[in-house]
Amino acid sequence: MTTVPVPRGPAARLKWAIHDGLTVSRRDLTHWIRSPEEVFGGLLFPVLSVLLFGYVFGSAVVVPGGGDYREFLLPGLFGMTMVFGLVITASAVVTDTSRGVTDRFRSMPMAGSAVVAGRSVADMVRAALDLAALILCGLAVGWSPNGSFGATLAAIGLLLLLRFALIWVGIYIGLLLRTPESATALFPLVLPFAMIANTFVAPGLMPTWLGHAAEWNPMSATVAATRDLFGNPGVGGSTWAADNPLVMAILWPTVLILVFFPLAVRRFQTMSR
Amino acid sequence: MTTSTEFAIRTRGLVKVYGDTRALDGFDLAVRPGTVCGLLGPNGAGKSTAVRILCSLLRPTAGHAEVAGFDVVRRPWEVRYRIGLTGQNAAVDDVLTGRGNLEMFGKLYHLSAKQARRRADELLEQFGLADAANKQPKKYSGGMRRRLDLAISFIMAPPVLFLDEPTTGMDPRHRMEVWRAVRQLVSQGTTVLLTTHYLDEADQLADSISVVDHGTVIAAGTPVELKSEIGSDQLDVVLANPGDIARATAVLTAITGAAASAHEDVPRVSVPAADRVGTLTEVIRIFDAEEIVVSDIGIRKSTLDEVFVRLTGRPAESAEPLEELA
Repeated sequence: MTTVPVPRGPAARLKWAIHDGLTVSRRDLTHWIRSPEEVFGGLLFPVLSVLLFGYVFGSAVVVPGGGDYREFLLPGLFGMTMVFGLVITASAVVTDTSRGVTDRFRSMPMAGSAVVAGRSVADMVRAALDLAALILCGLAVGWSPNGSFGATLAAIGLLLLLRFALIWVGIYIGLLLRTPESATALFPLVLPFAMIANTFVAPGLMPTWLGHAAEWNPMSATVAATRDLFGNPGVGGSTWAADNPLVMAILWPTVLILVFFPLAVRRFQTMSR
Repeated sequence: MTTSTEFAIRTRGLVKVYGDTRALDGFDLAVRPGTVCGLLGPNGAGKSTAVRILCSLLRPTAGHAEVAGFDVVRRPWEVRYRIGLTGQNAAVDDVLTGRGNLEMFGKLYHLSAKQARRRADELLEQFGLADAANKQPKKYSGGMRRRLDLAISFIMAPPVLFLDEPTTGMDPRHRMEVWRAVRQLVSQGTTVLLTTHYLDEADQLADSISVVDHGTVIAAGTPVELKSEIGSDQLDVVLANPGDIARATAVLTAITGAAASAHEDVPRVSVPAADRVGTLTEVIRIFDAEEIVVSDIGIRKSTLDEVFVRLTGRPAESAEPLEELA
C-alpha cells in the first residue's frame, strides 16, 4: 500500500484541513439527504407554529405599537428555528461519538479540526435551507420584508450568525452527552429559551422580571434586530438590550463563539470515555 | 524512527490516572510483528485504556508507548497511518452504503477518489461484502457490520491492527466469520492486539497472551505456557449420580488440599492435581470405599478460564453470546 506523506508546513496543512473538513461535511450532509423525514420533521414545528400562532392565537395577541401579528411573528419563528438547530447539532454529534465513529475519525491521520469544521459547514448549509423554507412559508402567509434589499440580507446574516454560534454550543453539549436519546431530552430544555423571549409575544406583556430576562435573551436580540431590519413591527422595550438589538445581536453570538468554540475544540481533542 | 522494528507494539511503564483511579499502573507490553497478542483481563482491568493510548486517542499520564516504531505521543500522525482500530461498537456509518463507507474513509486517508474507489472494491471482495456493497450497514447482520468495520480499518493495510472486543455480543456463527477475517489479515503479516472477554477467542487467535489486572500485566506467555505454568493439571471426575456431587467435591478437596469446583451441567467435579498419578489412584480408591460411582475420570491441562481465575481471583466475564443490538 502507498503511504501518504505527512503534510509539512502551514500551507500543506491548511490544504489537508480543508480537504478533510469538506469530506466530513459531505458525509454529514448525505445523512440528511438520505433521511428527508428528519429534515421535514425538524421544520414541522416552526411551520405548524406559523399556522397555530399566526391564525389561532394571533388574533388575541397585541403587537406593541400596532401592526399585523404575522408580520411580528415570522422573525420570531426564524430565530426559534435557529435556536432549535442546537439540538440538531448536539444530537448528530452524540450519535457519532456513541457509535464509535468519532473515535475512528480521531484514530485516523486527519486534520484535527476536520470533524468539528465539517459538522459546522454541514449544519450551516442545513440552517440556510431551513431558513429559506421558512421564509417561503412566511411569504405565503402574508409576511414580507419591508426594508431595503441590503437590510434584508443583513437580517438573514444575523440569523445565520446566531445559528453559527449555537453550532459550537451544540457540538460542546453533544460531546458531553453519552447517548443519542439524551439529545432528544435537550428539546424541552431549549424550549423555554425560545419562549422566554420576544418570539411570540412582546416581553412588555410579561411580568416585569420575566420581560427583562426575555429582553436580555440572546435570541430576543437577534429577533428584535431582524424585525428592525425587515421593517416588521414590535421593536423596542424597557431594557437597554431591547433598545439596542443590533448591538446585542452581534455581541451575543460573538460571546457564545468566544466561549464555546475553544471549549468544543478542546473537548474534542481530549475527550475520552 | 527511534527504535528497531523488533516489536510492532512496545510499552514501558505506561500509567494513566483518572482522578483517584490508576487505570494503567506500569503497563508493559511487547508484541512481535506478524503475531496476535491477546490482552485478557476482567472488566476495568485497563485493557481498553491501553488500546486507546496505543491508538493515540488518549495521552498517557506517564511511561512510553511505541507502535510500528513511532512514539504515540510525539508522532501520532505517523502512528495513525499505520494502525487500524476496530472498537467495541462497529464504528461504521449507517447511512452511507458499505461502499460509501470505504470510499469516505479512504478519502480521509488521503487516497484520491479513484484510489479510494479501487481500494473499496478490493476490500468488499476480500471481506465477502461485494453483494452487500450498495446496501446501508443498518441492514447488515452483526457479522457483516463487523467485517465492514474491519475492512475500513484495513484501508491502508496497516501493519498494526487493534481489535477491542471485536466479537462481544455476537452469536457463534458471526464470531467465526470475524475470526476467519482476522486470521486472513494475520497471514498477510499484520500484527494484531486483541482484547477480549472470551477466553476461547484468545485461545483460537492469539500467539501470545498478556493477562491484565489493576492496570498491569500480571502474566504473559503463549496460551500453552500459561496453561501449563500457571494452571496446573486438572483432574476431572464425571459422576454417574448427580446426587453425589457434594460428597465428591468434599472428598477431592480433602485429598488434594485445593478447592474442587463442581459443574452442574454434567455432574462433574474438577480439582487441580499437582501429583497426577498419585492423586488419580487415591481418588479411585476413596470413591470406591465411599461408593461414589464414577462414569468417567481423567487428567487434562487447565483451560484458559481456570488460568484466568487463578490469576485474577475471579472468573472472566460470562460469555453468553447475545446477538448484537443493531
